[in-house]
Amino acid sequence: MTDQSTRTRRAAFDIRLIIALLIGVYGLVLTIMGLAFTADEDITKAAGVNINLWAGIGMLIFTALFVLWTVLRPIRVSEEPPSGE
Amino acid sequence: MHVLAAANLRLDAKAIDYLLLAFYFVLVLGIGYLARRQVSSSLDFFLSGRSLPAWVTGLAFISANLGAVEVMGMSANGAQYGLPTAHYFWIGAIPAMLFLGIVMMPFYYGSKVRSVPEFMLRRFNRPAHLVNGISFALAQILIAGANLYLLANVVNLLLGWPIWVSIIVAAVIVLTYTALGGLSAAIYNEVLQFFVIVAALLPLTVVGLVKVGGWQGLVDKVTGSPGGATQLHSWPGNQLTGFGSNFLSVLGLVFGLGFVLSFGYWTTNFVEVQRAMASKSMSAARRTPIIGAFPKMFVPFIVIIPGMIAAVTVTELMGENKTALLAGNGAPSGATFNDALLLLMRDLLPNGMLGIAIAGLLASFMAGMAANLSSFNTVFTYDIWQTYIKKDKPDQYYLKFGRGVTAGASILAIGTAFIASTYSNLMDYLQTLFSFFNAPLFATFILGMFWKRMTPHAGWSGLICGTASAVTVFVLNKTGVISLPGQGVSFVAASVAFVVDIVVSVLVSLVTRPKPDEQLVGLVYSLTPKSTRQHETTGEDAGWYRKPGLLAGIALALTIVLNIIF
Repeated sequence: MTDQSTRTRRAAFDIRLIIALLIGVYGLVLTIMGLAFTADEDITKAAGVNINLWAGIGMLIFTALFVLWTVLRPIRVSEEPPSGE
Repeated sequence: MHVLAAANLRLDAKAIDYLLLAFYFVLVLGIGYLARRQVSSSLDFFLSGRSLPAWVTGLAFISANLGAVEVMGMSANGAQYGLPTAHYFWIGAIPAMLFLGIVMMPFYYGSKVRSVPEFMLRRFNRPAHLVNGISFALAQILIAGANLYLLANVVNLLLGWPIWVSIIVAAVIVLTYTALGGLSAAIYNEVLQFFVIVAALLPLTVVGLVKVGGWQGLVDKVTGSPGGATQLHSWPGNQLTGFGSNFLSVLGLVFGLGFVLSFGYWTTNFVEVQRAMASKSMSAARRTPIIGAFPKMFVPFIVIIPGMIAAVTVTELMGENKTALLAGNGAPSGATFNDALLLLMRDLLPNGMLGIAIAGLLASFMAGMAANLSSFNTVFTYDIWQTYIKKDKPDQYYLKFGRGVTAGASILAIGTAFIASTYSNLMDYLQTLFSFFNAPLFATFILGMFWKRMTPHAGWSGLICGTASAVTVFVLNKTGVISLPGQGVSFVAASVAFVVDIVVSVLVSLVTRPKPDEQLVGLVYSLTPKSTRQHETTGEDAGWYRKPGLLAGIALALTIVLNIIF
């Protein structure tokens, strides 16, 4: 999976992980809210949809895909020429 | 006058909503801190060291524009005009974005200029450079103020804070991460903001559609509401343009909005072009606006449709209220179309989702303002300070100066936030600004890039006459000499500015002396060797899915399909 032959290393800062962190936490909180803490009147308000639960699950799936992408295609920083970066 | 003041919009936010919101702000500031470590020269600060991948700059490209204009303004337009609002996306953005990527980017990126005004300096002369640089800087401060004011309004509704407190707190947050991490922090945050905005608006749209009984339910309700069934088809959009005749309306949309306004905005506005300039290769720079075009196509569905739903389900906007608002009177309920999105959130979203929706809204305002600040500081530092006032200082001087300018600009934006508050329809206000500054610019650029005979003096005189004629049309309409309701006046003003610019430029070029050919290499089509206009197709730029031309073709085809369906 990780190609050791190229003289590169993983970049310390990858915006994809921060996006995944934010949406992941949001998804987790919403899913828990949807399962346990969303009152019936709130569900009626949202036209009978438990939107917390569904949006939460959607965000968790999104997070999983983003993490997968980050793992499969990491940002590589070339180690040899530190040219301006 | 307060834009959103009259109706009761206080959202029932609870601790969990504040927590979700706070988490977002922690990450926003964290990105500023992390990006700071990548800043060691002025080029890092102002152009991210030209090192970002295309998908990042592509998302930032549309996110920079996904500020107050799109989210509040477009859902307000959706409530007022219905689906014709989609023209602002499909006609008013996509073709211009593709054109920028395919035709113009090779000159911007290839010539290694650091800003759009710098291109003016090299292609024409100092007056042209100053006209462009100063008008751009002014516009950015005004627009940053408008974004700030809207943001403060939303915070005011949510937390009940006084407007002025919200304006200052919001300005300080944006200032902190922009001054720390420069363009990289702004761009990374724009990408994050894009996802938060989608996470906020997509569930809102879904719940809204369920509430009105699906798409068919929305069609039935809108047909039965004031405004009627014409709001369900994007063409010919008479209500939007304010033209009675279908032919004029379509002409106004295609030429005024689709050609002059949108090409002026998307291809010459440095806020947008800067994002592409920050990418890591010519290929990535050309792909930036093209990649951005794909999500851009679908943004109207999560912005306009909630507006339409609000206009037929929210008590304060329905029935007699909508009739009164469409007639240009105040609604009995005191609500305006600008409230549409907030009212819908109040009616539909439970705590939890509500917090994310608020985060999404605040994100969109900050995206807009940070984009204005990060492009303003680049133009002010490179094009005004370094070019005319303090030349030949060490690079670190300009880096420090750029951080200082960012702070100064934030203070000015706080001032202009109060100017923005005097207009009730923010869309009109922003469109007016764009038509003054941008419409003649596109004419000058396109003529300058393809006609090497165009002279330096033609550059600035065309711009000034074009801008002046746009102002004239606007003033004539205000004073009642001509009368164009709706957005039509912007389209006409932009078209007039474009034509006047071309005519003046050609006439002046014929009587003044052009620049020698060797100074125009890389700046004019016929004098630029083909190799410098082309991009690498190896390494990280290889693969059919990275070909700008092919991607642009797919984007264009999809847009045409969307226009046929709706």
